[in-house]
Amino acid sequence: MSYAQPHPRFSVLSSSSLASAEHLSTASSTRFSLSSAPSINTATGAPAKSPAQRPSIYDRPLNKARAAEVSASAFAFLFSEVVQYTQKRVSGINDLERRLNTLGYRVGTRVLELMTWRNEASSKAPKREIRFLPALMSIHTQLWRAVFGRPADAIEKSVENADECASALLQRAQPMILPADPAPDMIIDNDPPITRHISVPRDMSQLSCSSFTAGVVEAVLDGLGFPARVTAHNTPTDQYPARTTILIKLEKSVLDREEALKM
Amino acid sequence: MAIWGLWVINKAGGLVYQRNFGADGLPHLTSNEYLVLAGTLHGIHAITSRLSPTGASSGAQTISGETFKLTILLTATGTKFVLLTSLAEPTADSVLQKVYEAYADAVMKNPFHTPEMPIRNEGFDARINALLGS
Repeated sequence: MSYAQPHPRFSVLSSSSLASAEHLSTASSTRFSLSSAPSINTATGAPAKSPAQRPSIYDRPLNKARAAEVSASAFAFLFSEVVQYTQKRVSGINDLERRLNTLGYRVGTRVLELMTWRNEASSKAPKREIRFLPALMSIHTQLWRAVFGRPADAIEKSVENADECASALLQRAQPMILPADPAPDMIIDNDPPITRHISVPRDMSQLSCSSFTAGVVEAVLDGLGFPARVTAHNTPTDQYPARTTILIKLEKSVLDREEALKM
Repeated sequence: MAIWGLWVINKAGGLVYQRNFGADGLPHLTSNEYLVLAGTLHGIHAITSRLSPTGASSGAQTISGETFKLTILLTATGTKFVLLTSLAEPTADSVLQKVYEAYADAVMKNPFHTPEMPIRNEGFDARINALLGS
């Protein structure tokens, strides 16, 4: 793999959406500086300090907030605004999903770093997953637990299970998959917390706001050295109307490496 | 004891949500008649909130007739939830609080809802069904 140019995801302004994202460029330098922003997490019990005296988010101990929880309501409102903001600046559902994916990617790079730091820093023999299946398992449990507070509901290797719903989904979602391609992997969440309050109107039924989660997964896989294309799809069942499938299609270089490591 | 209907009125007096419950409930009115009723109620409510002899008031909370009553919940943002029930219905207030909660969750947190516009939202419908039946 050659990394001739920086990964396009590291810039919010991915090439094809430059036209609709021009407005960002002027303000981006201030928009993403967090250090001066007043902290949301006011310490309870501590004597009241003015925002200027409080240590910035970068100076606070990383482990202190390990078990801290974020208000699901506050996040739901934030995410709703994120979707509305994004929706005003895109031309279609695919574009919207791609932009949400990009936002999730920015979260994912940080989540991976923090998760690894928290889980492995204290261990005597810190490790990093180098095979795909253990990496997928750690996404299913560790990542989901770090981000959503509980493991995801299932991992599936699609087509081979001859799950009708899955293969129909694949044909619809990824028409570019050639028959010779190996089956993509899927992570399934029966009730994704970030889209719990979102009802997608009928004329946009293809849209899955879990594209944000897909972006997080994509960043984590990328960071672990498994470049992949990750997308999110609605796969409702009678029991779980909000069931969502995160579809992972690994790059060929990864598959070749996995094959070589098998020996 | 029965719950017959639910209206949600936005802060401008427009009817943004209306549902009837039960087969033998309210007589069917046209959507135009419902809009007029909601607008009128909005006006009456505005007047009643200025009638209080002891300063500010939140306005009418129940309006009852011989066979039914309207229970009104006014929120801090001016949205009104109106429940049409039988006279003896004891749970009207708590049901309205739960409807408000469902509205906050399924409508206000939904990025595809435009504030002050009619509520067309499967999630909210489902929550109301779970609460009041269809």
